[in-house]
Parts: sequence; C-alpha cells; structure tokens
Amino acid sequence: MKRIALLGMPNTGKSTFFNRVSGASARVGNWPGITVDLMAAKLLLGGHIVEIIDLPGIYDLHGFSDDESVVRHFLENNDVDLAVIVLNGSQIDRQLSLALQVRALGLPCILLLNMSDEAKKSGITFNLPGMQQQLQMPVMQISAKHGNGCAEALKEAARHLAEKHPSPADIREQLKNDDTIENQMEAIVKSTVHYPAQLDDVVTSRIDRVLLHPWLGLPLFFAAMYLLFQFIFTLGTPLQEGIAWALDLFRADVLEPLLQPAPGWFSGLMLDGIYNGIGTVAAFIPIIVLFFLVMTMVEDSGYLSRAAFLVDALMAKMGLDGRGFVMMLMGFGCNVPALMGTRVMRSRNMRLLTMLVIPLSLCSARLQVFLFMTATLFTPKQAPLVLFSLYMVSFATIFLTAVIYKGRYSSTEPFILELPPYRFPTPRQIWLRGWQEVRHFLTRASKFIIIGVLLVWALTNFPSDVPAASAGTIAGMIGTWLAPVLNPVGIDGQLAIALIFGFVAKEIVVGALAVIYGLQGDALMQVMATKLDWVQGMSFMLFTLIYTPCLSTIATLKNESKSIGFMMLSLLWSLGLAWVVSFVFYQTARALGY
Amino acid sequence: MSDLSQLQPGAYAVICGIDADESLFQRLAALGFRIGKKIEVIRRASFNGPLHVRIGTTDIILRITEARRIQISQQ
Ligand SMILES: Nc1nc2c(ncn2[C@@H]2O[C@H](COP(=O)(O)OP(=O)(O)OP(=O)(O)O)[C@@H](O)[C@H]2O)c(=O)[nH]1
Ligand SMILES: [Mg+2]
Repeated sequence: MKRIALLGMPNTGKSTFFNRVSGASARVGNWPGITVDLMAAKLLLGGHIVEIIDLPGIYDLHGFSDDESVVRHFLENNDVDLAVIVLNGSQIDRQLSLALQVRALGLPCILLLNMSDEAKKSGITFNLPGMQQQLQMPVMQISAKHGNGCAEALKEAARHLAEKHPSPADIREQLKNDDTIENQMEAIVKSTVHYPAQLDDVVTSRIDRVLLHPWLGLPLFFAAMYLLFQFIFTLGTPLQEGIAWALDLFRADVLEPLLQPAPGWFSGLMLDGIYNGIGTVAAFIPIIVLFFLVMTMVEDSGYLSRAAFLVDALMAKMGLDGRGFVMMLMGFGCNVPALMGTRVMRSRNMRLLTMLVIPLSLCSARLQVFLFMTATLFTPKQAPLVLFSLYMVSFATIFLTAVIYKGRYSSTEPFILELPPYRFPTPRQIWLRGWQEVRHFLTRASKFIIIGVLLVWALTNFPSDVPAASAGTIAGMIGTWLAPVLNPVGIDGQLAIALIFGFVAKEIVVGALAVIYGLQGDALMQVMATKLDWVQGMSFMLFTLIYTPCLSTIATLKNESKSIGFMMLSLLWSLGLAWVVSFVFYQTARALGY
Repeated sequence: MSDLSQLQPGAYAVICGIDADESLFQRLAALGFRIGKKIEVIRRASFNGPLHVRIGTTDIILRITEARRIQISQQ
C-alpha cells in the first residue's frame, strides 16, 4: 500500500486537510501543537487504496521536543511514498525552509500553500509556476478549511505516488547531515511571492488591542469565562431536565409494564441498575455537547495563545509558562489530551510539573457530577455561583501544587509562541467536533458506565437477604470500613461507594448514586436533598474535584512521563490534597455553625 | 547595538545577532528570527511579562529572557 505523509509547521492546517480528504475527524484548533501523535486514514486515490498520515507540526527536521520526535521517528521507520508539505501561504517567508529540508531528504513531495483565503484577503500573491520551477516540485494553493483546491491537490498527489523514494534507512542517514537552506529560501520567496506594502491584519490587531490590553486583558479573560459558562448553563439546564423527564416517563409508561412478567431481581437489575444509572448520566449529554461546542470555538479562535500571553508572567512565578496555562484550559474539556499536549515542551522538568497540575483541572466529566450535586443541594440562583467557585478552587489547587513542586521540577525552558490570527470555525468544523465528543462519550459509556453500574448494583444488592443499600450489603460494609477516614470530611457510606467508582471514571459517579438510592431524576435529587446538607455536599464535591480524575488519566500520566514513580506521586498527592481540603472545609463550616 | 528586550512598543529594528544554543537557534529561525530581518515590538505584557513582536507576517510572543538573546540595531 502506498503511503502519503502530511508534513508542515505547526498550525498550518494539516489536520484540517487530512479531515477534508479522508473524512476522518482529527482534532483541529488554532493553536500550534494540537496534533501530538500520528493518525492514519485510508482513502481511494487513482484506483488504489492509499494510506494518509497526519503528523504533528514540526519547525524543522532536527526538532527535539517529544511531538517533533514523533515525526522523525515515523520518517526513520516507515516507507513514505510521497510527502505532502502543508504551509501557511501567508507565512511562506519563514515556512519554506521546512519544504527545502524535506526535499533535501530526497522524498518525492508536493507543496500545498494552505489558507489561500487569508493570503487573498491580505493581498499576498504567488508566482506558482516560478516557484514550482525553482523548487522542482508541484506547488498548489488550497484552502483546507473551505475546500478550495483540495480535490486538485489529491489528483496531483496521485500522479507522484509511483516515484522512487528513499528508504527509511536512507532518511535516517540524511537526517544526520545538516545543511543551510536559508539563502535559497530567501531567493525563492523574493522572486516568487509578492507581499503588499501594508501587511497589518486590521481585524486581529483591533481585537488584540482590547483583549491584550495591559490591565483590562486579565479581567476580560475572567469575565469571558464566566459569560461562556453562564451561557452553557442557561441553555443546557432546561435541556438536561427535559431529557431526565422523558427518560422517567419512558420508564413508567413503557419499561415497567414491559418488565412486569420478568422475575423481580431481573427487572430490578434492568431498571434500578442499568436504566437508572445510564439514564441519569445520559441526561447530561446536551450540556456536555454544548460545553464542547463552546470549547471548539475558543480553541479555534486563536484566543488560547493570547491567554498564554496574558498569564505568562504569573505562571513564571509558579515555575510554569503560558503554554501550561493553555493546557489547563484544555484540561477543562478532558485531562487526557491536555496531558498529551505537553509534548510541545522540551524540558522534561517543565513537562512533568505541568503534567502534575493538569489532573487538577475541572474536566467535563467532573462537571457532570457538580451539575447534579448543585442542582440537588442549591437553589437555581446559587447553583451557577457554586459551580464557578469550584472552577476557582480548581485554579487554586493548581497554583498551590505548582508552587510546592516548582523547586523539585525547576527548568529554564525558553518560552516562544506563535500568535495566530483570530479565526472562526466553520459550522462543519463545529458540528464535527460536537459529534466526535458525543461518540467519545458513548464509547466511554459502553466501556465504563455499564460495568460500573452493574458492579454498584451488585454491591448494593448482595447479600440478598438484607434490604438493598443497607449497612448489611457489601457496599454498606465497605462504607463502614471507610468511615474513620471519610467521616471527618462529612462523606457518608453511600457517597463513599460513588467515590470509589469515580476513581475509574467520573461519569460513573452520578450513575452510581442513582443505583445506590434506586431512584432517578427528580426523585433521586429529592431524596438526596433530605439525606445530605449543603456542607456535606460541598465537601463531597471538593473531594471529587481534587482526587484522581480517572483511570485513563492515570494511564496517560504513566505513558507520557514513562515513570511509575511520577504516576504514583500524582496519585497520592491529589488524594492527600483532596482529603485535606475537604477536611478543612468541612470542619471549618461546622465550627462556624453551618 | 542593543537587544530586543530594550525595544519599546511601536518601534522597529533589524535583527543583527542571535545568541542561542543549537536547539533554540533552530526554533527561533523557524519562527522567522533571522539576521537582517525587520522586527517590530507590538506590546509588552504587564508585570514584566512576554513581548509581542512581529516579523513579516508572523506574530510571536517571547519572554524577556529570550528577547535579551536577540541583538538588534535601530538604524
Ligand atoms: N482561514 C483558514 N484557516 C484554516 C485553513 N486551514 C486550516 N485553518 C485553520 O488553521 C488552524 C489550524 O488547523 P489545524 O488543521 O489544526 O493545523 P495543524 O497543521 O494540524 O496544526 P498542528 O496539529 O498543531 O500541527 C485551525 O484554526 C483551522 O481552522 C484555511 O484554509 N483557511
Ligand atoms: Mg494537526
């Protein structure tokens, strides 16, 4: 099978092109370093099945950071028939160097000048035949985002698939040699690219003047965060309640009559176990989708790099940098890609310190638990404020952790980052991402939630000669056993079981509560509201926020750090911190008479 | 001759020297920091934060520590 590799500097639209031609859904974002691992897809090209590989962006072929070595490793170990080099056309004056480096390897290549829409807007024009001749490779202008020229580019690629290409061993040899291509690049750009005299991107400059304002910038950041958050909440809550209501109705009117003839234990397992558990979790799908749609827009806007600019001085005091802050923000979606995103950092210590704090950022799975708990224990007016304060606690624990560990993981990593222009995702990009998150949720659901819910059901229903979820069941015994540790933080036996399963994945927590109480939707909330007061609930939320996010995060921590010791450190630190914070909160609140 | 960290927002200069180890040098070059290039400081972050600079069509932010490594001449 023929193989095409996509090469280019970070943030040039490789993944966008990859998605467009293969129909895959690689993650796209206006941030250098969104892709940190390879992704392959197959497509039919000129009658043959061809494998196309999306790679992380690289600044040059001699890179040292972990995402760049992924590319180098790939080239040194795999046969590549054609390199499709994707550049941001407007920035060809610096990016052409990479094309020249790839060409020097002897790989057959074609060059795509992407973002033709932006080049056109700023009045940059190319003499393509001239460039083609000087580079001795086909050069085409495309817009991967809007689709212009992509079909032609593929056709051109198909024509060059049969050319002789160097073996991985040759490339390995080549990569050891170094040569200077700077003068060559300058000559080509000078003779084939026309830049207008005035190059300012007026829109971007104007927005930046406000958003990067010396003293308005940070307040604006927090205000924007709060508004986005309010938006998700106001729009998502009615949707969530609607689904919960519909699921309730479905149970009462369809499932219960249907399971009437089945044995009691079976309908109990099906309804109180699986249906309640999954239904309670499924009600959060709309909010989660909404959340990710907003995240997509933020990620694609280019604002993340601006956030890095605004907070870098503060982050430096904690031994981190602006990129670490962006990873935390990404961690609000899911900690796993955020952990992998730290591959752009070269210094191991900086990477480890950043990876140590990322699991403390309040991910969307934890958000589900908090949405549920705040709706149960607080008024609709208080709930958003409580939620927002949990985000602030998340930041606080991150800062605390960084300050404590910065001595141990000190580094002198340079901080240099591109600031891309503001961009806005197309409806297609937004839709793709939303759909991807639903799918991700459903896979996790089938993997963890069903098994988790079944286990919780078993724990709360065996031995079967005592009442379900009473102190005599296995769950009750575990609860009693943990009581000495968890009583001082106000977490009772039932919540303790939910916490244990939350260790595997936070999505299980709410499902587990539904199973433990044998109720769903409004009824569940009402019963919980009578059993818990807000101080206990808050303490439970603090614990849930800080202790280990989920098994996938732990596995990623181990893989990315390649150190079991580091993984254990992260695990124990967050568990200890969770307990201490909950303890201080619970005891203080009680002492104050709440 | 001075270095980039001394350049005020709105001012232009030409890069005339880069003092960095191999890997940092490569990264800077890939981002457009090359001798003879015109560079403009757009703004500085508060609390001695990073500089926002522009070289050609590329906007870059970098810390003052890194800016000190870049020698410039202003006419
Ligand atoms: N205006 C415009 N924007 C584009 C085009 N192609 C991609 N983009 C945007 O450029 C940004 C980067 O796109 P990606 O596909 O993530 O870039 P990448 O090269 O895969 O980046 P890394 O994975 O970080 O190396 C996103 O905001 C895209 O929406 C284009 O043709 N025109
Ligand atoms: Mg990518």
